[in-house]
Amino acid sequence: MKGTNYLTETRGLKSWLFTLDHKRIGVMYFWSIMTAFFLGGVFAMLVRIELLTPGRTIMSAEAYNRMFTLHGAVMVFLVLIPSIAATLGNFVLPLMLGAKDVAFPRLNLASYWVYVTGALFALYSMLAGGIDTGWTFYTPYSTSTGGAVTAMVLAAFILGFSTIFTGINFIATIHKLRAPGLTWFKMPLFVWGMYATSIIQVLATPILGITLILLLMERLFQIGIFDARLGGDPLLFQHFFWFYSHPVVYIMILPGMAIMSEVIPVFSRKTIFGYKAIAFSSIAIAVVGFFVWGHHMFVSGQSPLAGAIFSFLTFLVAIPSAVKVFNWLATMYKGSISLEAPMLYAISFLLLFAIGGLTGLFLGSIATDVHLHDTYFVVAHFHFVMFGGTVIAFLAGIHYWWPKMFGRMYSEKWARVSAVLVFVGFNLTFIPQFIMGSRGMPRRYYNYLPQFQPMHVASTIGSWVLGLGFLIMAGYLFASLRKPYDAPANPWGGATLEWETASPPITHNFETTPAISHGPYDYAALRSDA
Amino acid sequence: MSRTAGEPFLQHHFATPEQQFEAGKIGMWLFLVTEILLFGGLFVGYGLMRSRNPAAFSEAHHHLDRILGLLNTVVLLVSSFTMVMAVHAARTDRRKRLIAFLALTLVFAGVFLGIKYIEYSHKFHEGLLPGKFYSHKGDTVPGQFQFFSFYFMMTGLHGIHILGGMGAILWVLRRSVQGHFSSRYYTPVDLVGLYWHLVDLIWIYLFPLLYLIR
Amino acid sequence: MSPDLSQTHPHGGPKLYAAVLAALLVLTGITVTSSYIDFGSPAVNVVIALVIASIKASLVALYFMHLRYDKPVLSVIFVGGLFFLGLLLMLTMIDAGSRDSVPSWNSKPPAGGPVAR
Repeated sequence: MKGTNYLTETRGLKSWLFTLDHKRIGVMYFWSIMTAFFLGGVFAMLVRIELLTPGRTIMSAEAYNRMFTLHGAVMVFLVLIPSIAATLGNFVLPLMLGAKDVAFPRLNLASYWVYVTGALFALYSMLAGGIDTGWTFYTPYSTSTGGAVTAMVLAAFILGFSTIFTGINFIATIHKLRAPGLTWFKMPLFVWGMYATSIIQVLATPILGITLILLLMERLFQIGIFDARLGGDPLLFQHFFWFYSHPVVYIMILPGMAIMSEVIPVFSRKTIFGYKAIAFSSIAIAVVGFFVWGHHMFVSGQSPLAGAIFSFLTFLVAIPSAVKVFNWLATMYKGSISLEAPMLYAISFLLLFAIGGLTGLFLGSIATDVHLHDTYFVVAHFHFVMFGGTVIAFLAGIHYWWPKMFGRMYSEKWARVSAVLVFVGFNLTFIPQFIMGSRGMPRRYYNYLPQFQPMHVASTIGSWVLGLGFLIMAGYLFASLRKPYDAPANPWGGATLEWETASPPITHNFETTPAISHGPYDYAALRSDA
Repeated sequence: MSRTAGEPFLQHHFATPEQQFEAGKIGMWLFLVTEILLFGGLFVGYGLMRSRNPAAFSEAHHHLDRILGLLNTVVLLVSSFTMVMAVHAARTDRRKRLIAFLALTLVFAGVFLGIKYIEYSHKFHEGLLPGKFYSHKGDTVPGQFQFFSFYFMMTGLHGIHILGGMGAILWVLRRSVQGHFSSRYYTPVDLVGLYWHLVDLIWIYLFPLLYLIR
Repeated sequence: MSPDLSQTHPHGGPKLYAAVLAALLVLTGITVTSSYIDFGSPAVNVVIALVIASIKASLVALYFMHLRYDKPVLSVIFVGGLFFLGLLLMLTMIDAGSRDSVPSWNSKPPAGGPVAR
């Protein structure tokens, strides 16, 4: 496109580092998070190589413990938690509302720099030898083991503020910066998803903050809260930790679901089925997600009464997620489906998230969890929902909004190749893990019985297929950036407001505040406008 | 911050000052909720540890001076009053009053910290310290260090927030002197006021839970 | 011209604030005095202290922090936060309170040995 856009209007490093433009902040987050994803992925590949053989393959047991811990910590804190919200949320949310920016642009910039600061603390911890506690930092090991635990805990603490700032910003933006005529039930469902996510970000993250402070106080000063020898309660750490860390998985998945609600109608050319059901389910997931944290602690010594309460509540929280999956399927039914890359990822999401969610029920029921806890079944379950769910949805969103963000179309052919490789590689990596886990292979184990080796080998080969898929993806995405601008304003025929402005948008998003003339999924109105 | 003619400090992405003010209030209240949850976690931990070791906590709390705690409570309540009077002054275009009440609030905050210093000195002197630093002699009930772990964490975190609040009040005071605020724009005063009241709210619970109950 | 912000937001005044401060000080006096009284069970002192603290907190929130006069969304935010804090407290206490009273799944088998041999 001719003329200036938000990428070209001002130039130079300082114009980016001190920007107040939500789109530039989203782009900076994007590149940072992709870097962290690459790092976390490298750790994963090394873990999987080590597991090709029982006993030592390429590293010592101590190194292995650090490797899986760092994989988890990087992926959870530096990638999954900010991922969609900080990148696509920041970029797209104001556009979808017809606004010029988020409510607090300076707070937005601050959230990015706080993220970078937290990332540097994490990097320091890694360079100082890393940690071997698992990303969950359970006491008493985390309060007594060597390693750069304090630095990593501080990193997570600092990163929490980044999340809180984003959540505060989005809630205020959604309440106050909607264009005239854009009522709550005319908003795209992506916005509802971000709203629900932000509620969790604001309510849950402070508890992580205090948990980490208490952990540090115990580790450094032996204050006696978690250490049984001092009269403390180790299970209290787990209560505090999971009160945050269970809702945090909904921080990860709600934005992914939000993307699904955008991509699926567009590529089915059919309005979303059950708008209000999806909107309210998003809020329900956010709220009920706070009631279930004890399902991580069924075998930790929690009382059976508490266990039973948490198990029951866990079954409840599955319901709104299922409502959404059925509504997306109903949207596709009798739609006119086209299989561009965003839709390929969306369909993958439906299958993989469904499997991930269903396997959560096995873990939520105490009798089966007793056998499955701390096995590879758990590992496979959370990879299906966090990778097969969140990451796949993130990829759908990246491919959907890439033309809007960068003004270029990527190679559709190579995108499809990559999507197939990612899908095949993912399943090859993680389905063997369900099988291994149900047969007793414990998680976080360096050594294992020979009977598990074939499954481990299959899983590792799957990780290589996955890695290849991502390398190809990086290739065609970078290649697209070297082309001149060739993306139209609305390449996919979307009906939400971001498609009514140029690709890429001007710095102020819209020449004039857009008028709301049709619903966010009203494709018939688009045809009659053409 | 930008100065559009006739619209003091209206930022470009807001249509009206009301919209900006209301967005600011939502943002500040959300932030206050995060603070409530942060301190709340400490309260929950305190409650649980207390119920595990009631004798030790009861014995330990006798070392706290109820009168100093009462004084601090009064000081903070009065500072909340001066703060809300400052906001009122800003809202009614009384610049000198605004400056005076903000300064008074700062003074009371300083008094609070001064009393805290006296209390802390006494504890240090007696060896009534958190965790591994506890060195008080002659305890008949063991495990009292746990109480002081919580005492110092809770009042310490609170004290840090008082310091932060004083910084924020100083900033608003400076801008008041520069004449930035009027009945058409006093958002920062209002929002800093909200934060200050929260610091008072937390103490309203800290005081009885640490000093008064057995 | 933009309207005076205070006109769009009703509010209390100095007399109201002074009255609230007086109430707060009186309540503080009551809570300190009651802490010296032995009601038999220490739980009573805790309840009295928490109830009085909550009344004081409500006064500060409603009048000093203007929740009484502001749009409802702000009160929803405040009360919502308190609700979730209460959730953490309640469920954690249920666990802590019932840990020893209900036999755990791996507690000792009943006397007489396991059922099947």
